Amino acid sequence: MNNSEKRQLRVLAAKARLGAIIGTFNAKSGHPGGSLSAADIMTYLYFKEMNVDPQNPQMADRDRFVLSKGHCCPSLYAVLALKGFFDWDELTKLRHVGAMLQGHPDMKGTPGIDMSTGSLGQGVSAACGMALAAKYDKKDYRVYAILGDGECEEGQVWESAMFAAHNKLDNLTVIVDQNGLQIDGPVAEVCGIEPLDKKFESFGFNVIKIDGHSFDDIEAAFEKAKTVKGQPTAILAKTVKGKGVSFMENQVDWHGKGPNKEEYEKACAELQATIAELEGEC
Amino acid sequence: MADVVTKATRESFGEALCELAKENDKIVVLDADLAGATKTSIFQKAYPDRFFDCGIAEGNMMCIAAGLASCGKTPVAASFAMFSTGRAYEQIRNSIGYPGLNVKIAGSHAGISTGEDGATHQCLEDVALMRTIPGMTVLCPADHYEMMAATKAAIEHEGPVYIRLGRLAIDSFNDPDTYEFELGKGITLHEGNDITVVATGLVVNEARKAVEALEAEGMNVRLINIHTIKPIDREIIIKAAQETGRIITVEEHNVIGGLGDAVCDVVTSECPVPVRKVGVYDRYGYSGPAWELLEKFGLTATGIAQVIREEIAKK
Repeated sequence: MNNSEKRQLRVLAAKARLGAIIGTFNAKSGHPGGSLSAADIMTYLYFKEMNVDPQNPQMADRDRFVLSKGHCCPSLYAVLALKGFFDWDELTKLRHVGAMLQGHPDMKGTPGIDMSTGSLGQGVSAACGMALAAKYDKKDYRVYAILGDGECEEGQVWESAMFAAHNKLDNLTVIVDQNGLQIDGPVAEVCGIEPLDKKFESFGFNVIKIDGHSFDDIEAAFEKAKTVKGQPTAILAKTVKGKGVSFMENQVDWHGKGPNKEEYEKACAELQATIAELEGEC
Repeated sequence: MADVVTKATRESFGEALCELAKENDKIVVLDADLAGATKTSIFQKAYPDRFFDCGIAEGNMMCIAAGLASCGKTPVAASFAMFSTGRAYEQIRNSIGYPGLNVKIAGSHAGISTGEDGATHQCLEDVALMRTIPGMTVLCPADHYEMMAATKAAIEHEGPVYIRLGRLAIDSFNDPDTYEFELGKGITLHEGNDITVVATGLVVNEARKAVEALEAEGMNVRLINIHTIKPIDREIIIKAAQETGRIITVEEHNVIGGLGDAVCDVVTSECPVPVRKVGVYDRYGYSGPAWELLEKFGLTATGIAQVIREEIAKK
């Protein structure tokens, strides 16, 4: 990836963050912190990695994405809107009565959503089912799932990890958004999950540790995952909760609340400045 | 009338899946280390490449089934009813029910007739749990022939289906030459206007024996077999309420949330008549041979006949 491509991805990621802020402000609720930490990875997936068609969201052999940490959908919705799956204006109606964009992803109602999620711990299992279907049908599409680090406290995550390795699902890539914070506080204090790399390795995964905000790292990890045969890959992405909005960064308080008007304006100003600066470089 | 087949509905289910898989390559089967007991092992033997053992991890299995269904497969996910509907309830609700995915959930060893394994394995809540999920079809077939037909209908139906299977070998009573299964339609097995018995599953044949015995005592009892508990056949129930004025429901399930409640929902809103629910009265089961337990819980012909006599006497 050259510098120009990287800048373009950064612009898109900043716009995705802006969309998450617009969504959670208009909803007066939602989960900005984790939406912002996973924004770079989701931007990369939809703009560089995955074979998807916004004009044909149900395309049979498309790559699949499961946001297992479904509460972080505001930035996923923004990425999908930027990609052209639906109008950007939908974000202003997030979580409103009758809106297309639900508080957690709804595959029946929202183009581009491949699995309904929200109840933590279930997404990787569903992704295993998709990866298994690809193997069964001898198709080469790939399946991606993003987990939260707090979500790794759910036992089902490890049931699915066992299943993925046992069935040699090398077409499955699981990304853990390791922002280190969950609702009740730091993951390490609530119910520590470390050593996460050793856990996934011992479950039979190819493990790659990256900076989840570096597009070089993200690209290298996804490229490597495609070359690994016979085992699934877990990308452990170190991230910053609230990344890109100064006063939200590393603040557990921003896990699950919408910004007020003043906070909204400040966040938008920061993100728009980032976009302007990056576009100036392009 | 063909010969009586004595077979557990779990076995009929396994056989039906094999039959259907011949023509339908979308069918894949998942189990959670109980294939030998749920009888999906029959399918596993015939189609090893289309069978996935998920190990003892029922929640994971349900979500894997959801993922498979989202990619166009027709997955059948089986375990004991206690675990497929109980352990994995929330996975079914959120990952299968909410998106309306085409997953067929099987619960074997349902009811008190699970026998010696006792309370932890005798599922008396599965129908109640599955009824609460919007869009879920709930099936409870009564004999071999009905299970064969119901399995076919479940696979052909687009959307989530729960199908209840029994452990105990039971006699068939339907005639395969004339039997017709229609999803959501009850079947009148015996005409009569003194009272109506509405039954489901294994106890239908017991109710049939009771009703026939009472004929000799001069009682004309209507017997309705409800194989589809959801969506329930409102028409047949309302007609029975209007014409017979009193209903007895019989099920191998807790009286809370099962067939009895489903029937009450219909009659209270359309044609209120007294309903007596025969089942397990909000308690756990215990270990014992299946038929002895069924006798103890009043779910054999003798017990059902006694309830019918009592209820007719009240008219």
